[in-house]
Amino acid sequence: MSIDKATVAKIAHLARIKVPEDEQERLAGELNQILHWVEQLAEVDTEGVEPMTSVAAQTLRQREDVVTEGDIRDQVLANAPDRAAGFFAVPKVVE
Amino acid sequence: MTDLTRLSAAEALDGLARKDYSAVELTEVHIRAVEAARPLNAFVVETPELALEQARASDARRARGEAGPFDGIPIGVKDLFCTKGVQSTASSRILEGFVPPYESTVTANLFRDGAVMLGKLNMDEFAMGSANITSHFGPVVNPWSPGTLAQHDEAFAAEGAAAELVAGMGQPRPRQEWTFTRKLVPGGSSGGSAAAVAARCVMAATGTDTGGSIRQPAGFVGIVGLKPTYGRCSRWGIVAFASSLDQAGPMTRTVRDAAVMLRSMAGFDPKDSTSVDMPVPDFAAALTGDIRGLRVGIPREYRMDGMPAEIDRLWEKGVEMLRRQGAEPVDISLPHTKYALPTYYIVAPAEASSNLARYDGVRYGQRIDGTSLKDMYENTRAAGFGAEVRRRILIGTYVLSAGYYDAYYLKAQKVRSRIKQDFDEAFKRCDVILTPTAPSAAFGIGENTDDPIQMYLNDVFTVTVNLAGLPGISVPVGLSADRLPLGLQLIGRPFDEETLLRAAEALERAAGFEALPPFMAGAV
Amino acid sequence: MLIKGETGDWEVVIGLEVHAQVISNAKLFSGAATAFGADPNTQVALLDAGLPGMLPVINRYCVEQAVRTGLGLKAQINLHSVFDRKNYFYADLPLGYQISQYTQPIVGKGSIVLDLPDGSSRTVGITRLHLEMDAGKSLHDQHPSKTYVDLNRAGVALMEIVSEPDMRSPEEAAAYLRKLRAILRYLGTCDGNMEEGSMRCDVNVSVRRPGGPFGTRTETKNVNSIRYVMMAIEYETNRQIEILESGGTIDQETRLFDTVKFTTRSMRSKEEAHDYRYFPDPDLLPLVLDQAWVDEIRSTLPELPDEKKARFMEQYKLSAYDAGVLVAEKASADYYEAVAKGRDPKIASNWVTGELFGALNRLGKSIEESPVSAADLGGLLDLLADNTISGRIAKDVFAAMLETGKSAAVIVEEQGLRQVTDTGAIEAAIDGVLAANADKVAEFRSGKDKLFGFFVGQVMKQTQGKANPALVNEILQAKLKG
Repeated sequence: MSIDKATVAKIAHLARIKVPEDEQERLAGELNQILHWVEQLAEVDTEGVEPMTSVAAQTLRQREDVVTEGDIRDQVLANAPDRAAGFFAVPKVVE
Repeated sequence: MTDLTRLSAAEALDGLARKDYSAVELTEVHIRAVEAARPLNAFVVETPELALEQARASDARRARGEAGPFDGIPIGVKDLFCTKGVQSTASSRILEGFVPPYESTVTANLFRDGAVMLGKLNMDEFAMGSANITSHFGPVVNPWSPGTLAQHDEAFAAEGAAAELVAGMGQPRPRQEWTFTRKLVPGGSSGGSAAAVAARCVMAATGTDTGGSIRQPAGFVGIVGLKPTYGRCSRWGIVAFASSLDQAGPMTRTVRDAAVMLRSMAGFDPKDSTSVDMPVPDFAAALTGDIRGLRVGIPREYRMDGMPAEIDRLWEKGVEMLRRQGAEPVDISLPHTKYALPTYYIVAPAEASSNLARYDGVRYGQRIDGTSLKDMYENTRAAGFGAEVRRRILIGTYVLSAGYYDAYYLKAQKVRSRIKQDFDEAFKRCDVILTPTAPSAAFGIGENTDDPIQMYLNDVFTVTVNLAGLPGISVPVGLSADRLPLGLQLIGRPFDEETLLRAAEALERAAGFEALPPFMAGAV
Repeated sequence: MLIKGETGDWEVVIGLEVHAQVISNAKLFSGAATAFGADPNTQVALLDAGLPGMLPVINRYCVEQAVRTGLGLKAQINLHSVFDRKNYFYADLPLGYQISQYTQPIVGKGSIVLDLPDGSSRTVGITRLHLEMDAGKSLHDQHPSKTYVDLNRAGVALMEIVSEPDMRSPEEAAAYLRKLRAILRYLGTCDGNMEEGSMRCDVNVSVRRPGGPFGTRTETKNVNSIRYVMMAIEYETNRQIEILESGGTIDQETRLFDTVKFTTRSMRSKEEAHDYRYFPDPDLLPLVLDQAWVDEIRSTLPELPDEKKARFMEQYKLSAYDAGVLVAEKASADYYEAVAKGRDPKIASNWVTGELFGALNRLGKSIEESPVSAADLGGLLDLLADNTISGRIAKDVFAAMLETGKSAAVIVEEQGLRQVTDTGAIEAAIDGVLAANADKVAEFRSGKDKLFGFFVGQVMKQTQGKANPALVNEILQAKLKG
């Protein structure tokens, strides 16, 4: 499997990171180098092996249905780059 | 009076208990040391006022007979931990200016037990790196870097709280100027923590370890670094890099300090679903010095091609040190070792690509405006993340994307199960495992940067431990031919940090590592 | 249902994905409240705002609600399920991913029985039900150049309930939604309020030749009323048939329902490069349930619409249709049973489904808001049963009850509506009517039978409707014959 410029553009878009076109080639090269290296995993026989889903050998702990948080709007909004009338504000989204 | 910065934390706790000095005195000395160590660039934020306030509270507690088990010990906190009211950035531009309204569980636990925070420590951006060269705030310099010291008799040009301190004491201090002749990396990602502990400006520091980020830098600067079992320390309030691998741990100058500090850091946290509900033992009580009959596994796969001979020799010396104390070396095999790094470089970037999606300029941190929401996202994340972070996000995005998930991510998680099984098998035949910490000593800033994979190889011995969720510790054991520290790593069974620490202390005692770095904050 | 096209018959194939907001105090993974209508960003925990280092811990009650719903849908409960991250960027998705369940949902295959208007029923398969967190809310109309974001809803637990593509008409889709909503309300797991958005629907539509292979489907997102769902299906069906008949092909795409024009339109902007990169959430471990716990929940399930319907048919001898109408809402069924208790169940059913539902419909009120309580309606039926009032008077009394909220007995007393059963009085009235209409009496006797009704009407008029109709009939018959 090999990454080309178009793939770099596609994943950069998925990841919402602007990659100027003149950097796509170089990045494709770097990513291919890493991918080629990790592809040695194909050698490992994993027939019948379950993928590891959690390191800790335990099951999911559950909490009670009690309201314990909230009413901290000032804290929630304190670090916002743009806010108004108790909302976060972002450039207008046209649907 | 002895130089208080040279004490171990355990010694300082004894001194505080004997009232030889107060927490405020101990803290003041360290505040000056932090300032003197600025050439290392180990701190991204210094918090002297907070430290003094905490120290005064500590003295008050001690006076009331209510001192905690870590009361009055001045520490540094890796910038990955969110600290209430103190800027927390993960050393990334994207979080510049972010002040959390909450305290991470681990730092809260440390403060509960009396720790005093001197500031936030530099690190690789989002903990991605092995040399502390990816920080937005610039690289950290290893205090073992060679250099020369020149002394000037001018008045000490201090600023801020330090100036007040100096003025208060009414004694002008000579200014010393340290010039590095070659700047070495402290390792990473907890490079600031490692440098600060080694240079004696903090008595201990918190680190986090996702692929070796505590142990490798500890090895590079000649200190002790402990990565506990996954689930031992809460991850709540720690900026996530790779959630299934991240674990906080202590970075200290002695094994005993690591044991004492871990006890304060660890503990069940209902706010972290992966935190394990187990009692926290008195780890220091496990340091009996008796390792007779302890079976020490020596994994043959860790003898890698091209590894410097001096590291191989150090490893053999380590085996001998443990054997002489009654331990029994056992040859073991961890057959999937060579696949650990490639596995890690699929799993960690995949998780990171998702964990770092929240840094989007909407609710906190930096925002770079754009013509649309999408444009704002792309500008913010392109400018806010450094090159290595961007690279890993892209790799992680790719390996999770449609059509590639099975070949990369799912495959890697299966290989990860294999790696875990290797350890399960090995621990049927041994109690701890001994390996080198890293394949080299500290290298120069700017070296190993052309090829990302070359840099990744730094973690070849440490990353297996994270993949399997095990505890591991790096102990300084000797010096390289270039007079740079070299460490050995011990790996333990899950939640058996006690045996691990006992073995580590035995190794530490036998090694008798007492060399000091050329750059010492306390020397000022 | 087949649709006639230019080139032959078509069949529409419909599958629905319903997002039902779980009734709980706190959110799925945080301790913030879920109540509707709070000030913006006041019901937001640190996790809900996606602050660094915040971690999810699952709410047990939300899990219980999902299990309860699964049991109500006669579905398989998966004792081992996994939470995954669904990765995408949006202003109201603070984490940059939604915690959901992808390959291993908590509930597997189940079914829903639809009660169709003709009294027949039809089973629609449930593919799965999974738990996931809701996103926040974006407000686009508050500022000329900005979108505002409120995270109160972010993190609230949703159940996504996916049907098999088993429906074949807009009416079936509507019946499915009504039945699903009824089940959720019976269970108390979702309030089913589509206006407040606590139940939202994505509509998958494709068309095919009868019996042929499935066609390409489109998904119309977030349709927020049953009426709109029907309209969206209608529109999509016609649109797709038109395209296919003119030789075109259907794009598999996401569409949006336009609530002004009642059409659907493509959401290509959102569609581009959708790749959610699902993977198991490493902050959460697999959710493992205890069979005994599931059984315990099962033992506390209320009687559900289908069982209740069967019981009503059996116990009260109601028709399938009437029973179906009565059990559609738990409140209606409860109301009916209160009325029917100790009374003729058939008459009770007629009154509840006829007079009461008709009145409520006119008034735009729900059964819970009914101005006439079940006890009062029962009182009215009692007066009817013991011949205190006639059926005709009963309707007037009921109208007065709706108006005044008074009991039937009070109204009958106040307005003197008690039925006249005194044969003497009735005879007198009849005599009067016959005397005044001698010509008509003659016509009747010469064979014009139809005039009987006229005489009855006159007698009732004379007695202000209070005469017992049976007695009037009987005496009138006798007198006319004589």
